[in-house]
Amino acid sequence: MAEIIQTALYELHISLGAKMVPFAGYEMPVQYTTGVMKEHIHTRNKVGLFDVSHMGQIIIRPKNGNLSDIAASLEKLIPIDIIDLPKYQQRYGFFTNNHGGIIDDLMVSNQGDHLFLVVNAGCKKTDIEHLRENLGENCKLEVLENRSLIALQGPKAEKVLSEFSNQIINMNFMDTLKIQLQGFEVWISRSGYTGEDGFEISIPNENVNEFTEHLLNNEDVLPIGLGARDSLRLEAGLCLYGHDIDQNSSPTEAGLNWAISKKRLNNGIRCGNFLGSKRILNEISNGADIKRVGIVPTGRAPMREGVKLFKDSNDTRPIGRVTSGGFGPTVEKAISMGYLETSYTKVNTKIFAEIRGKRMEAVVTSLPFTKLNFKRSN
Amino acid sequence: MKFTEDHEWLLKEDDHVIVGITEHAAEALGDLVFVELPDVGTSVSKGDEIVVIESVKAASDITAPLDGEIIEVNEQLTEKPELVNDDPLGAAWFFKMKLTDPSEIDNLMDEDTYKELIG
Repeated sequence: MAEIIQTALYELHISLGAKMVPFAGYEMPVQYTTGVMKEHIHTRNKVGLFDVSHMGQIIIRPKNGNLSDIAASLEKLIPIDIIDLPKYQQRYGFFTNNHGGIIDDLMVSNQGDHLFLVVNAGCKKTDIEHLRENLGENCKLEVLENRSLIALQGPKAEKVLSEFSNQIINMNFMDTLKIQLQGFEVWISRSGYTGEDGFEISIPNENVNEFTEHLLNNEDVLPIGLGARDSLRLEAGLCLYGHDIDQNSSPTEAGLNWAISKKRLNNGIRCGNFLGSKRILNEISNGADIKRVGIVPTGRAPMREGVKLFKDSNDTRPIGRVTSGGFGPTVEKAISMGYLETSYTKVNTKIFAEIRGKRMEAVVTSLPFTKLNFKRSN
Repeated sequence: MKFTEDHEWLLKEDDHVIVGITEHAAEALGDLVFVELPDVGTSVSKGDEIVVIESVKAASDITAPLDGEIIEVNEQLTEKPELVNDDPLGAAWFFKMKLTDPSEIDNLMDEDTYKELIG
């Protein structure tokens, strides 16, 4: 087995009383002394600070100096509009494979002379190989091992971060900004994966401890582990790669059609011409056989990943399965996401889950479970 | 109070025992969000999985510490699973049981031995 990697913040996590667990090859804090439930609620009410340095940070530069050339190459792998992505703007997207499944979901931003990608820790290796194999000779790939990534999430995140630069308050959801601090540069995007307003901040490894400790000195900021990160993104209806989406799930099945830019769809100016476009475009027009939905158990028992779903309390043929599930501390009830045959995906459809040999009732709901609090431009 | 290796505590009360989980167990489980209790009147054997508990992290079981019959359960926990984290040694007892052989409780660990076990 490969050696487990510690992030630059490892010692800080330990000193904060973190319970460390292996995650995607990294030793990461699953919770601190505060505990998952309170960490979750704190993030929704104030500000949570997450170490997400396990995620991959990748720079793609054009050898010929022409950014639109590499944007065009990347558009073959990601069905979004990258060519016309405005400077210092970020977009959510995913690498698709030949049969229309998802290799990974990611963020991509235009940094003027290069594109900056943030990918999932567990997919990093696959993504890099995929990029090396498929991007043309003109693309120079840099995988940044010398930078950490933290996320600052919650309604007071803007107030906390604006202490470093008042330009922060002018950023909208998915804007990016580079700011110069004493001797180092931080790269900020107004984004995150909790459903709250917030920022993801890339910082050189040698400066990340000082920067993070400074943020933690603010009484509104608490360190938050992967446990609460998971329940926050579940409430926000966001997919966790490897669970809610994978190499087999298509964007339509996963309810991610919104992420595909219009320009890449039928009748768009750069329609198709990406991996798996045949299936993906067909499903966008005609629908898919299965669909990701929200599921709320009628009782209190959480319905977790892997639980099979049925149309009634007796039928033996599963109509779907749960891909993420647990307890939502903000909505104060058990919540799940999962896939169902499309004919059962109408909101308020009663379904049954089998837990410990017993059939338990649940109801199909729309996603997200909580209101998303992004700072959209007016 | 007596203790089991499965981090349960037993307290003698009249002709039966009260059973709960230790602070150590509650802390290790994390915030509880679901408790499913056995039916009153159930006959149980040592090691039977009789209570389902779920924390924010995962589902687990509480087993019968000894042979006997369930005579009362703490219904409050169904509505307020978080009590287990707040007061595991008091208000958050799980069930009361009548032991088949009441003397068996003497073979369980005392507090000092349990503390040694959990280090």
